[in-house]
Amino acid sequence: MSALAHGMRMDAALPADVPAMENSQALMQADGLCRLFGPEQGCQDISFTLYPGEVLGLVGESGSGKSTLLSTLSGRLPPDRGRVRYRDGADWVDLYATGEGRRRALLRTQWGFVEQNPRDGLRMPVSAGANIGERLMAQGARHYGRLRQSALDWLRHVEIDISRIDDTPNAFSGGMQQRLQIARNLVSGPRLVFMDEPTGGLDVSVQARILDLLRKLVRELDLSVILVTHDLAVARLLADRLMVMRRSRIVEAGLTDQILDDPQHPYTQLLVSSILRV
Amino acid sequence: MDAILEVSGLAKKFVLHQPRPTVLDVLENVNFEISPGECLVLSGPSGAGKSTLLRLLYGNYLASSGSIRVRHGQGWLELVGAEPRRVLAARRHTLGYVSQFLRVIPRVTALDIVMEPALLRGYAKKAAQAKAEALLSRLDIPEKLWSLAPGAFSGGEQQRVNIARSFMVFWPVLLLDEPTASLDDKNRQIVLELIEEAKAAGSAIVGIFHDAHALDAVASRLLHMKNEGDSPHAP
Ligand SMILES: Nc1ncnc2c1ncn2[C@@H]1O[C@H](COP(=O)(O)OP(=O)(O)OP(=O)(O)O)[C@@H](O)[C@H]1O
Ligand SMILES: Nc1ncnc2c1ncn2[C@@H]1O[C@H](COP(=O)(O)OP(=O)(O)OP(=O)(O)O)[C@@H](O)[C@H]1O
Ligand SMILES: [Mg+2]
Ligand SMILES: [Mg+2]
Repeated sequence: MSALAHGMRMDAALPADVPAMENSQALMQADGLCRLFGPEQGCQDISFTLYPGEVLGLVGESGSGKSTLLSTLSGRLPPDRGRVRYRDGADWVDLYATGEGRRRALLRTQWGFVEQNPRDGLRMPVSAGANIGERLMAQGARHYGRLRQSALDWLRHVEIDISRIDDTPNAFSGGMQQRLQIARNLVSGPRLVFMDEPTGGLDVSVQARILDLLRKLVRELDLSVILVTHDLAVARLLADRLMVMRRSRIVEAGLTDQILDDPQHPYTQLLVSSILRV
Repeated sequence: MDAILEVSGLAKKFVLHQPRPTVLDVLENVNFEISPGECLVLSGPSGAGKSTLLRLLYGNYLASSGSIRVRHGQGWLELVGAEPRRVLAARRHTLGYVSQFLRVIPRVTALDIVMEPALLRGYAKKAAQAKAEALLSRLDIPEKLWSLAPGAFSGGEQQRVNIARSFMVFWPVLLLDEPTASLDDKNRQIVLELIEEAKAAGSAIVGIFHDAHALDAVASRLLHMKNEGDSPHAP
């Protein structure tokens, strides 16, 4: 039998041709979001829909409002106008109209936030194992043996030597700290993870390793991600679609490779042409 | 056989704002349709817009106007103006594309690159790996390279990894941009065989082939493309 006929047979065995993501319900929706610190400083007129399993990249120059938008979307910074809705099971939760308790619960159980500086996202005085276990404990896990087992599993996942489980992250390199922060966020099985320049402060070879890890985890866990990066190569590697921000507004949005290979807006063309090749 | 891809009134112009405003009218009023088992070859001089047309069909370039309809799953998908997630779903299940160069990802091995399209469709890892190894062998990639990242491979080896990847799964529509360009005769012959097998299995192929031998071997029909004549102009 030829290789291709074999391929056909494998195809025929597939349950459905159309993947879940394509017809699934939205996970998050932003309508007319606006948070300004000054004229064109912050974010305004932001509307979009995010679907389960999508990785959305926010790109644009320094000061364009990427971090402000991410904070507003993730429940950390109330908007001046507009709203963010998140689908929790069958319910739509209006993020800033709902109570503080519900918002915190979402943050703890369904969302993760990977900070650019791992020191902001880790608890530096406690061990690597405790850093990973913390969110599980916040969700009610108490069994010591099981917490320890999850910590070991996740250290392995993010390629940190398990003999380091009782060390505090102070003793880790920047790349290890970042991988620990990723483990700490993903251990509790979030559906949506926010990341602000997750490889920003790291050198290139360390970056490559973390990007490879993120790529695998996003796919394995079917995560939705909103990722801020100024690095278009990182965006190309991780994001399904992009929103290009400039002076607080989205100037162009679409499929990642289309935005990078056939940019339409003058600003995007400038952004893409100012780097060598992505 | 019923068409699987229908293109009508398709136009593409590039409006470049850098370094000075320029408009390139590359494609105007392109019309064709293609059915399973056919191979449509795009011919025409350099700069006629052959690669541009393939990229439009893949959703990599944005059409200026017109329609690209592809049969996907149970229905038809209009690619022009489609949401990103719809285009991505079509790429996972319906539209295969072989670029002229492999996009190397740091730390990802040749074997993983080749297996990926199958894993994205949910194949078991073991089946995917067996198939990937068979293709890599068939395309004459030495076994000791399989577990290395192709960054340091030769141009021809990279291209063969790229080809192995695109023949991992069955594609209802397969877009080929000079797949035989950097290959020696023996490997070119293997690629032509793979294309014939894909046609026989029911793929509809749209391809660009520079060498006449390859073209004669696989083409069912030709689409002649000529330069639109317009030189770049100000908007
Ligand atoms: N808390 C704040 N108070 C006052 N101004 C702020 C505050 N936060 C952000 N800004 C201003 O809003 C604008 C957008 O800042 P933001 O941090 O969102 O940019 P960014 O796109 O993330 O930039 P970078 O790539 O440099 O991180 C900037 O002009 C910034 O100075
Ligand atoms: N992303 C792009 N931005 C701007 N112009 C582009 C872009 N891609 C292609 N073009 C232009 O479109 C025209 C057609 O290019 P294309 O690559 O489609 O030609 P081709 O027929 O494939 O030629 P060849 O046989 O040399 O590969 C050229 O003038 C090219 O410069
Ligand atoms: Mg920022
Ligand atoms: Mg070309």
